[in-house]
This record gives sequence, structure tokens and C-alpha cells, in this order.
Amino acid sequence: MNTTADQPVIEVADLYRTFGKRAVINHLSLEIYRGETLVIMGGSGCGKSTLLRHIIGVMKPTSGSIKIFGEETTAMNERELTGIRRRFGMLFQSGALLASLTVGENVALPLIEHTKLTPDEIEQVVKDKLEIVGLKGFERMKPAEISGGMKKRVGLARALALDPELLFSDEPTSGLDPIMTAVVDRLTLDLTRKRGMTAVVVTHDMTSAFRIATRMIMLGRGSIIAQGTPDEIRNCDNPEVQQFINGEADGPVPLNISQDEDHPHIAPRPLVTARGRFHNKTP
Amino acid sequence: MKNYLQLNLSLLYWVFIAPFKGQFFKLSPIIRQMVFIGVRAVPMVALTALTIGITLAMQSARSLQQLGAEIYVPNLVTVALLREMGPVLIAVIVIGRSGSAVAAELGTMKVSEEIEALEVMAINPVRFLIVPRFLAMLVMLPALIILGNYVGIFGGWLVCWLALDFNVAGFILGALESSDLWDLYSGVVKSVVFAWLVITIACNAGMHVEGGAEGVGQATTKSVVHGLLAMLVSNALLTVLFFFGR
Repeated sequence: MNTTADQPVIEVADLYRTFGKRAVINHLSLEIYRGETLVIMGGSGCGKSTLLRHIIGVMKPTSGSIKIFGEETTAMNERELTGIRRRFGMLFQSGALLASLTVGENVALPLIEHTKLTPDEIEQVVKDKLEIVGLKGFERMKPAEISGGMKKRVGLARALALDPELLFSDEPTSGLDPIMTAVVDRLTLDLTRKRGMTAVVVTHDMTSAFRIATRMIMLGRGSIIAQGTPDEIRNCDNPEVQQFINGEADGPVPLNISQDEDHPHIAPRPLVTARGRFHNKTP
Repeated sequence: MKNYLQLNLSLLYWVFIAPFKGQFFKLSPIIRQMVFIGVRAVPMVALTALTIGITLAMQSARSLQQLGAEIYVPNLVTVALLREMGPVLIAVIVIGRSGSAVAAELGTMKVSEEIEALEVMAINPVRFLIVPRFLAMLVMLPALIILGNYVGIFGGWLVCWLALDFNVAGFILGALESSDLWDLYSGVVKSVVFAWLVITIACNAGMHVEGGAEGVGQATTKSVVHGLLAMLVSNALLTVLFFFGR
């Protein structure tokens, strides 16, 4: 609300986060402006999802600052974050639908919790949102009864339920067929162009990325390797970027990026017959 | 442990403070959980209580017969059931059935990013997921234990009636004579404490699952083992407080 056109919607400054000894995000800074569609690309394990999780506030950085709508979120407690979170929508990689509720109830959930709409109005909004993602008439199904791609589209409908100013998508098109991918892309374009929504999209899908992006960022080893408009990225002479956007097996991008990754939450448990062989000796 | 205390504090906030700030909890999820935690456990609880009542009566009948004191069977059955056997064994059943289910359900939700999704939608997971389960357990475990007391005493009566030639009035008089209301109340107070421990331990285990299916399995086991231990230790402490301190 207090964001003007030239003030960034999201401002990440010198973000640094370690898991164990490994720096997953290494002094990263970026700014995202209103109406932009920023695509974040990068190989698996390069820190894309971790960056997204920091921006939405479910992970706290080791150091650095994140401002959303001009407000510093890293120092906020849960209750303060609630106010910010009502203004953005998030599409999770797996959809993250509540398995105990129906599709319709899932989409209705943010409306029931955060608005004073009557049940009839909520039903109408749910119908509309499901229709724009191509799932008209699926309200009464349970998430377990629909396919992975459908779950993702329901997740998108839920993320859009409150008409957010800001949408985060974690791989919105993986698991969708080419036609549905195009539909979801067009939806993203409509929302950003016509309603001025800002979108931050993490994706591996290069066709979709070049279709929707106004600006692209390529991450590697926790920092930004390249950034620019889709044309700049396409013509970028960085060999890592070229390897990634052309999908080549051989090139400068290291394949062993996640080998020395620490999993602080799970102590690796070797098979009995291979005891110690895969064990992390310096946890 | 720190997580557990945090969970209890935020639970207390959402149950006792938030309603006065205009954030009431919704009734329908609580009722749904009451049906799941309580109503569906009735057959198991009834069967458990019936077998406890019957075995208590048979064992005490054998011992008391040697003293020529079968007349005291109803007294023994009633007191043992109300004070100890009812609350403890029914809590065991509820831990095994509902505690583990709650831990597994919340753990699966955690693993499949559902809890994170709730947080991002600005819906507090404690309010949305734990408060209904907590309140449901707090109401239903004492209710199940009162039901179990009745069924267990009925089991004892079956033995007295079929094997020891008691008449109904004799049994009821014996039962009433030996026990006072405090025996019933102490069992109910215990059951409220058990309910609190069982559900918070199960929810805490579920909410802090890390990793995939393996983590969910570990959390489920943890909820049962820790739940049982906490319940038995608190039972011993409460027995000291109620029956030895006075």
C-alpha cells in the first residue's frame, strides 16, 4: 500500500544462510519491483527454494535483510508476519493441499480465515478461481482423488483466492502437460499485466520461463550468476547460463553440487552391510 | 523439551487468551475431532473396561474366598477400577489409538508441506490444527474413562452374579458402600491430566517431524512411548498426592 512504483516490493540485501558449514545462500542481494515477473532459475540444490523460503519467512537467515512491501521481515515474530502474509499468495511445489479437506474447502480456506464474506460469496469466489485454473466442478473431490498436476492448479487457485499483490510460485508448471503449462503461463501474464500483480517464479521449465519473465535471475552456489531480461539471458555469453538454458549435459555447471550437503535434521543411517561407507564422518 | 514447552504456551494462549481478543475457535473441527478421538474409541474402551472388570472380580473372588470374604468383591472391584485401573488402562488404549494417529497425521502434514502452507496463508497451525485436537481430547478422555468405569463395574457384576450368586442389590450396595465420590473425582482429575499430556506429546511429536516417512514413523513411536511414560509417572505422582498425602 505504501509502495510506490520505484520502491521495490521485495528487497533482499546481503542475504547469507548456512546449513552446517555450507553456505547455501552466499551474500545474495536482489530487488523486485511492482508488476515484474521475476524468474529464478538454477540447477537442483543451488538454493532457489531456500531463497524462496527465506523471502516468505518460513526460514530465518544467518545474516542479511529481507524487506517485503518495505517492511523488514527477518526480525518479525509470527504475529507480525501474519499481516504481511495475508498480502501474498504462495504456490508450493507439491501443491501442499490439506489432505483432509476437499478441493473447494482448500481454496475457500484463506477466504474463511481472513475475510468476512458470506458462505454464498465464498462459494462464488471458489468457483471462479477454480474455473480460471481449468478445474470447474472439482470442488467436492479430495486431493487424493486428483492428479499431481491438478493438485498444483488447485494450489494456484488457493494462492490466488485473496487476490494477492504478490505471488510466489515454486515450479508452477512441473508435472503439467504443455497445454496446461500454457494456460498457467497465460494466467500469470494476465495477472501481472492487467492487475499489476508481482510474481516470483522458481522454475526449471525454460519455455515457460522465457514466456512469462520480465526479468530472470540465474543462481549457482548460492549467489546470482547472471541476471537480465529474457533477451539478455538468451544472448548471455556466460557458459553456465548457456548450458542451463539449452539443457546440455556437458558444461561448466558442476554436477556434484549436493554431494557435500549437510542434512542437519537427518543423521544419515547407512545400510547394515555398508556400515560407515556412506557415513558423514564430520557432521 | 523446549519445543514442548513452547507448544504448551501457545496452546494456552490460543485456548484461554485469544478468545477474549475476538479470535474464537470454531466448533465444527472440535466436534469432528471429538468423534474421531472419542466416539470411535468407544468399542475398544468398552471391551477393555469389561475385561478389566471381569478379571479383577475373578482374581479378587479367588483370594477373598480363602478368607470367606467374597462379600467384599464388589468393593474391591469398584475401588480398584475407579482409582487406578480405569483411568490408566483406558488412557493406554487412547494413547495407542488416538495419540499415535494424531502424531502420524500431523507428521504427514508437516512432511508434505501442509503446515508450512498454513503458515504462509497466515493461518496459525496451533490454532487451526492443535486446539481442536486438544479440546476434543480434554473432553473425551474423561468421558471415556467415566464410561469405562461403568462398563468395568458391570463386568465385575457379571462375575458376581453368574459365579458368586450375588443379587443385584447386594452388588450395588457393596460397591456404593466402599467407594465415595472422591474415588470417582480422583479418576476424572487424573484423566484430565492424562489427556493434556497425551495430546500435547502427540502433537509435539507430529509437528516436529523431520525427514520423510521414516521421520513420521519415529514421531509416532515417540508419541506412544513418551505418552505412556508421562502418563504412568504422572499417575504415580497423582496417587501420592490424592491418597497418601492426606
